[in-house]
Amino acid sequence: MADAFLYVLLILDATFRVATPLVLAALAGMFSERSGVIDIGLEGKMLGSAFAAAACASVTGSAWAGLLVGVAAAIALSMLHGFACITHRGNQVVSGMAINIVVAGLAPTLGFAWFHQGGQTPPLSGDARFASLTLPFADATADWPIIGPLYSELISGHNIIVYMAAAAVPIAAWILFRTRFGLRIRAVGENPHAVDTAGISVVAIRYRALIVTGILCGIAGSYLSIAHGAGFARDMTAGKGYLALAALVFGKWKPVPTLFACLLFAFTDALQARLQGADIPGIGVIPVQFIQALPYILTVLLLAGFVGRAIPPKAIGQPYVKER
Amino acid sequence: MSVVGSAPQNVPRFVTLGLIPLANLAAAFIISGLVVVIVGDDPLQALEVMLYGAFGSAESWGFTLYYATNFVFTGLAVAIAFHCGLFNIGGEGQAMLGGLGVGLVCLGFDDWPFVVVFPLAIVACALFGAAWAFVPGYLQAKRGSHVVITTIMFNFLASALMTYLLVEVLIAPGQQSPESREFAPGAWLPYMHDMLRAIGISMPETPLNLAFVVALAASVFVYYFVWRTRWGYEIRTVGQNETAAVYAGISPSKNIILAMAISGALAGFVGLNEIMGVQHRLILDFSGGYGFVGIAVALMGRNHPVGIALSALLFGALYQGGTELAFEMDKITREMVVVIQGFVILFAGALEHMFRPQLESLFTRRSNAAAPAGE
Repeated sequence: MADAFLYVLLILDATFRVATPLVLAALAGMFSERSGVIDIGLEGKMLGSAFAAAACASVTGSAWAGLLVGVAAAIALSMLHGFACITHRGNQVVSGMAINIVVAGLAPTLGFAWFHQGGQTPPLSGDARFASLTLPFADATADWPIIGPLYSELISGHNIIVYMAAAAVPIAAWILFRTRFGLRIRAVGENPHAVDTAGISVVAIRYRALIVTGILCGIAGSYLSIAHGAGFARDMTAGKGYLALAALVFGKWKPVPTLFACLLFAFTDALQARLQGADIPGIGVIPVQFIQALPYILTVLLLAGFVGRAIPPKAIGQPYVKER
Repeated sequence: MSVVGSAPQNVPRFVTLGLIPLANLAAAFIISGLVVVIVGDDPLQALEVMLYGAFGSAESWGFTLYYATNFVFTGLAVAIAFHCGLFNIGGEGQAMLGGLGVGLVCLGFDDWPFVVVFPLAIVACALFGAAWAFVPGYLQAKRGSHVVITTIMFNFLASALMTYLLVEVLIAPGQQSPESREFAPGAWLPYMHDMLRAIGISMPETPLNLAFVVALAASVFVYYFVWRTRWGYEIRTVGQNETAAVYAGISPSKNIILAMAISGALAGFVGLNEIMGVQHRLILDFSGGYGFVGIAVALMGRNHPVGIALSALLFGALYQGGTELAFEMDKITREMVVVIQGFVILFAGALEHMFRPQLESLFTRRSNAAAPAGE
């Protein structure tokens, strides 16, 4: 019984760790897409910030400097996306793909030139990474029944970005649904002409939304290389950006359902790590590849309408043209 | 999501079709040159190495055209989906499945005569690729699941499926790496140098093979299908205005599914070139990003087979030249090709309107100097 409890705790613990970049990236996508700009470039922005953060952290030795540079890189890429899609009214999906491909090539190219380690950054340690935090009383309460392990194992002992991600959900929800800025973001995503008529610049609002996207994506990418991992490796995002996008669609562009979608994906991922090679009674050993594909299968099934139709923001994907 | 821009009538065609893409391309190369400078090499020397590597000899032409063959297939695949207003980002997965179809035919029938195996392989790769695109197409048409996201998911699923099959099922006995056994030579697509030798022309050995001819045939097919048949007309109508299509009695969902299936079939032909033409065995990751780059090929080629053939040649040259680049210059790695591709997609695709106003006004003013046109 105690073993089973601990087992579940460990899986949930892993779920939180895997979910963190998904949650941050999905919230990032939420700001962009709510403002009417499709963001398929979450993957590239995360990868870019992961590289920038690791490169900076390995040079300066400071995780905070790394995070700052990682966020700056993601904002820069986000502005590039805005320049193409908002200013020049380019195709948003193509722009996102272009960013993904550029970063997939650029990060290892620069990594090879700067660090001479086959496209990776040097392994990070000490202050160059965000260490796990032990929350107050975690040690003291560890022996308490049920609540003790729950607090000390599950809640405590993560690095700071995990807590940032947890805080980001209510903050993002508050910004989007309780502030004037959020109202305007949603308005330009639904009916940009109405916003324009009210004398508010559609372009300015969309750019601001993309800055928020950049910040959140930057934190998500930095998490991968300087908090969860210890250095940049090529393709280290491994589809997380796309998965975050799927979670966003599946969460119907709303913060809390999106959070649960991310947790679900992260849970299947945590579970698959445990299930690999395990002999399940009555089924036998499930092929690793099948378990690894679970989040993707789940996404397709869910998108196929088992959760009801997801209705995107009305003006999504359409460049805004002022009427003459 | 229409990508077809409407140019004013009085802009000369060579500006829209030639000058603007060239300006975008130049911008992409200048930015890539900056990356070469950052990395610490000479961009002009890099350009020279690339150009020579892609076009400098008969051998490099063979390699360039071999890569271009794949880009023709994926470019056409993306284009036909574009004409229906759809984004097929799943070329990668469809190519893998196409290769699987070809591989299964070759593994099963490679003791049969080539004249039987070849048509079978063509049908198999088209069917497998089409099937992999059919599901996202169906889900888009009937359930409204966004095709961009489902095709991305299907790329991951294809990759997992291929890994499973090659690691667990199709792997050659007594072997470590996940590859099938080699096909009997009877099931190999003839190489171009062998075919040319038969008619007395000598050419160095390159991977260029019969699939190149299939690519040309596919281009003609797509042109004929999209612009000269009723199906193509219906697909284009749905792509331009779904409401109008419904009023005209054209079913959007039927055409969405049809366009996706044909798109997948075309992407599947990458498997023909790679598996039956060059590798002669089923391997992993032979799709090498061709599916994604197909988006750029289609965009630069303005979704027309002639344009696609030209831009496929460009990307083929980029691949081949980039390989030479990684060989010749010590500070540049294979990833530099990916960087250049990305910038070409960015400038030719997403930023295609950046230079348009300036270039167009330059030429409209000149040709209409007598009659100043009002906005």
